[in-house]
Amino acid sequence: MLRFEVLHPHDLADAFDMLTQHEGEAKIIAGGQGLMPVLKHRQLTPRQLVNIRNLSDLDYIVDGKDGLRIGALTTHQAVENSAIIKKRWPVLAEMEARLGDIQTRNWGTLVGNVCQASPTGDPAPVLLALGACLKVASNRGERLIALDDFFLDYQKTALKGVEIALEIQVPKQPARSGAAYHKESYRWTDSPIASVAAAVTLDERDRVKGARIFMQAVCPAPIRARQAEDLLAGQQVNNGLLDQVAQATAGVACPISDVYGTAEYKMEMVKVITRQVVSQAIKQAQAA
Amino acid sequence: MKQLLQLKVNGEEYEVFAEPWKTLVEVLREELGITAAKESCNTGNCGACTVLLDGKAVKGCLVLASQARGHDVMTLEGLSNGDGLHPIQQAFIDHFAVQCGFCTSGMILSAKALLDENKDPTEDDVRKAIAGNLCRCTGYKKIVEAILVAAEAMKQEA
Ligand SMILES: Cc1cc2nc3c(=O)[nH]c(=O)nc-3n(C[C@H](O)[C@H](O)[C@H](O)COP(=O)(O)OP(=O)(O)OC[C@H]3O[C@@H](n4cnc5c(N)ncnc54)[C@H](O)[C@@H]3O)c2cc1C
Ligand code: FES
Ligand code: FES
Repeated sequence: MLRFEVLHPHDLADAFDMLTQHEGEAKIIAGGQGLMPVLKHRQLTPRQLVNIRNLSDLDYIVDGKDGLRIGALTTHQAVENSAIIKKRWPVLAEMEARLGDIQTRNWGTLVGNVCQASPTGDPAPVLLALGACLKVASNRGERLIALDDFFLDYQKTALKGVEIALEIQVPKQPARSGAAYHKESYRWTDSPIASVAAAVTLDERDRVKGARIFMQAVCPAPIRARQAEDLLAGQQVNNGLLDQVAQATAGVACPISDVYGTAEYKMEMVKVITRQVVSQAIKQAQAA
Repeated sequence: MKQLLQLKVNGEEYEVFAEPWKTLVEVLREELGITAAKESCNTGNCGACTVLLDGKAVKGCLVLASQARGHDVMTLEGLSNGDGLHPIQQAFIDHFAVQCGFCTSGMILSAKALLDENKDPTEDDVRKAIAGNLCRCTGYKKIVEAILVAAEAMKQEA
């Protein structure tokens, strides 16, 4: 194993100072479910880890009038089993229930997953479809980053080395909205081979007022299917339109062939999943 | 570069000197001589290193030992009550759920975490609970059977 020092801040201010003092050399560790394998493979070689795992003030789920806030130290398991999330944000609970095995979900955090920006991360496409933001801070102050502007490239984010992500904020969804996510994976809880998330809002006559569709695992970073969204705008959805939407979504995917499947296979899966999640999101919006 | 670390394992307080990069499974095995949790893949994929932290299953190779400070660590050694076997251990023996045994301590602790929360698991619940524990010998069937039988036994005991 790589050798490093581990710093244990007592509070956030302490953690900010440590990160600033060791800028460029220190990495944050939360649950380590993403970072520890990276360290063991020596893909990163930090001199210090700043352990924020025990800053329990950052472990919360609040569903207020503006929307949902999830603190940086909230585990996948806590999100999956939260009564309020199951009821009001079922797409998040369902996504989490399939994210890795129980051990990973018990110790890893949702925000850590977002910060890791793995091209096979499950939360990113769902949070993007819901229009989420990340609140981050350093000892120079706070800022809010829309996830739309957060994922820059392969494992590259808008987060600066001295910053700590404090919470994910998901805005309250308009009336008659629904969201769905599905992934193709080897086993039920494995990382996605291809995945799609869709969030849809309907008007009173079931025409699509707004739609956001994002894919994961088929590009270096999560990718938005704008053309597909435009096809849906103002329309009542039928089978023919779903085919076009699925086609347009796959049109912006850029998968690679690997041990999990060929690029062609992943492209087909994107189409199948897109149909599935768009119809499911619409059904949910109708029932809302 | 060793640092003092306080850990609570199977109800006992330990003070141990360990390098900061050591994982929980390394400190348990190498510094404390508590060896039921195995170090196998060492990258989070096999579950042989599973231990319970405050009753929840985690992978000992992906948790820094210093992160376990302030939590209750439980290894397989802490499961049995004196010389008597825990019903999950007994069921693993009775139902031939052990072959080489390398996965067994992790399997049993994942099963315990499940059965503490869910007294009446379905086969599907059991399979999901052990999805993070690989077994290269048994093909899982016997393990799943043993956990379901243990669930019954624990209900009758309670
Ligand atoms: C066996 C296994 C299976 C998995 N399966 C899946 C899967 O199916 N789907 C999936 O999406 N993921 C999967 N993962 C990945 C894992 O869920 C997450 O990436 C992990 O939970 C990240 O959260 P963490 O708290 O463990 O972060 P860490 O590992 O501690 O950190 C990850 C990265 O984010 C940074 N970071 C963490 N927290 C913050 C913060 N608050 N502010 C700024 N930077 C921060 C760290 O510096 C590091 O670079 C799996 C992992 C394992 C080991
Ligand atoms: S040794 Fe920890 S998961 Fe394999
Ligand atoms: S009994 Fe050999 S790995 Fe499970």
